[in-house]
Amino acid sequence: MENLLNIFVKSIFIENMIFAFFLGMCSFLAVSKSVKTAVGLGIAVTFVLIITVPVNWLLENYLLKPGALVWLGPEMAKIDLSYLSFIMFIAVIAAIVQLVEMVVEKFSPSLYNALGIFLPLIAVNCAILGASLFMQERDYHSITEATVFAAGSGLGWFLAIASMAAIREKITYSNIPAPLRGLGISFILTGLMAIAFMSFMGITI
Amino acid sequence: MKSLRNYLDKIKPRFQKGGKFEKLQSTFEAFETFLFVPNRVTTQGSHIRDALDMKRTMSTVIVALIPALLFGMWNTGYQYYLSRGIEAGFWATFWFGFLKVLPIIVVSYVVGLAIEFVFAQIRGHEVNEGFLVTGLLIPMIMPVNIPLWMVAVATAFAVIIAKEAFGGTGMNVFNPALVARAFIFFAYPAQITGEKAWVAGLNHHAAIEGFSGATPLSQAASFSLDKIPSLNDLFYGFIPGSIGETSKLAILIGAAILIITGIGSWKIMLSALIGGLGIGFLFNMIGANPYMEISPLTQIMMGSFLFGIVFMATDPVTAAQTDTGKYIYGFLVGAFAITIRVLNPAYPEGTMLSILLMNVFAPLIDHYVVEANIRKRTKRTVQNVNA
Repeated sequence: MENLLNIFVKSIFIENMIFAFFLGMCSFLAVSKSVKTAVGLGIAVTFVLIITVPVNWLLENYLLKPGALVWLGPEMAKIDLSYLSFIMFIAVIAAIVQLVEMVVEKFSPSLYNALGIFLPLIAVNCAILGASLFMQERDYHSITEATVFAAGSGLGWFLAIASMAAIREKITYSNIPAPLRGLGISFILTGLMAIAFMSFMGITI
Repeated sequence: MKSLRNYLDKIKPRFQKGGKFEKLQSTFEAFETFLFVPNRVTTQGSHIRDALDMKRTMSTVIVALIPALLFGMWNTGYQYYLSRGIEAGFWATFWFGFLKVLPIIVVSYVVGLAIEFVFAQIRGHEVNEGFLVTGLLIPMIMPVNIPLWMVAVATAFAVIIAKEAFGGTGMNVFNPALVARAFIFFAYPAQITGEKAWVAGLNHHAAIEGFSGATPLSQAASFSLDKIPSLNDLFYGFIPGSIGETSKLAILIGAAILIITGIGSWKIMLSALIGGLGIGFLFNMIGANPYMEISPLTQIMMGSFLFGIVFMATDPVTAAQTDTGKYIYGFLVGAFAITIRVLNPAYPEGTMLSILLMNVFAPLIDHYVVEANIRKRTKRTVQNVNA
């Protein structure tokens, strides 16, 4: 239990996808103009993460890892398919995003309309692939750990984009020097926000 | 006085449109309004006439900072003579500290104001008084042994990146003074942490035996709880620490000035205090290590907690703007400050970072407070219409 809490808090604050690893920057910068859409995208990313990371965990542990195929028989223990992990992970993510899109369209057209183009774009969001690769690299022991990690990363990403959008709404009417308006000031903002998030670096629970 | 006014009137046309020094208009304007009350009045539209302008607001904050600053100067000398084992009179002590602290203040003001003036010239707006407070806050949150060039670099970084890039006074998202400190903290950690930083001269000479320059916070972090000074010492401030943060008495005087004049928000101060005490109490209950067992009262007396929540968290520009938002913002500032301090072994103090962090979230808090308000009122209107 303590271990799970540790992973959760760590992935939200300390190893925040945006402010510690700068993953998923493209949508973070592009969709953070208003809080409403930012929150929508944040929820979508969190949702996709929670589904893809456990699925990829299963793939990793029962198919790709060296010796993962041993459940087929002892002679399979030597097979190492980990060179396939990139293509497998990205395929899983793309497929699941499609699936999620269809399900959302069918059951909640209003959310589907609100998310619009961002939903399919999540397939190429680096934060999503990043989470799967971190899961592989950090060697989580159980599917619960992987899921908790995914939920935490998603929530961290959500918090980051929501607060960024709120700040950008606030500075809409600021007298920012012309060359910095738009993306320029967003980059500076991201850097300063990352400094603020460094307060958590090094915390262990 | 009269001749000065006449002289200004004489040279004024040169700085106005079409004059010889047209480009230096904002500089001239800054000095003129510094010396005399501006005589221009607005002529149209409805306006609230009030004596409280930005200059007066900023001056009030400076007045509120003076007690802590004066005590900080005296304490600098006191700690120095204590470390060398010399008995010194009150004035000698104060004079020593004064000579140590003054250069830091001068550097911070000169660098910051120079950048302000340059930006005002280039961008063609008036020089704002906003830096007056920042320029005094920066020296007060520095250790006394900080090299002056670092103060200059940090001030330049804070004013350019955290303030002017966002459009100048009143537009910044982060408190510039805190950005300056965070900059030094992450770029030159050796100069702002450790036992040698807090007492003047300790980085050059050895102290007498039995004297340790460690702040109460670093004593707590190394679990030597018996070495934490008594509550009395913490309250009056006879401890090593950043220049302005040590005396809680002086800070409380400043807080009283801010609250009575209505410049600082008591809501933020109160809720931050509750947040800090609450989390301190919670850690008491957990009690997993000696640090967590420190009483909440001692917790808030150590380090820059009070200084931060009185002078930094209440910054009207970077704090939450809505009333409910202020309570949430303040509470989280207090809670995070103690949490970071206790849980993060890498950082001895958490106040600065927790306020910066809440600067990030303040607009989001405001957004949702406003949204909730809108929803509530819509509901009420709809009900009234239906009824």
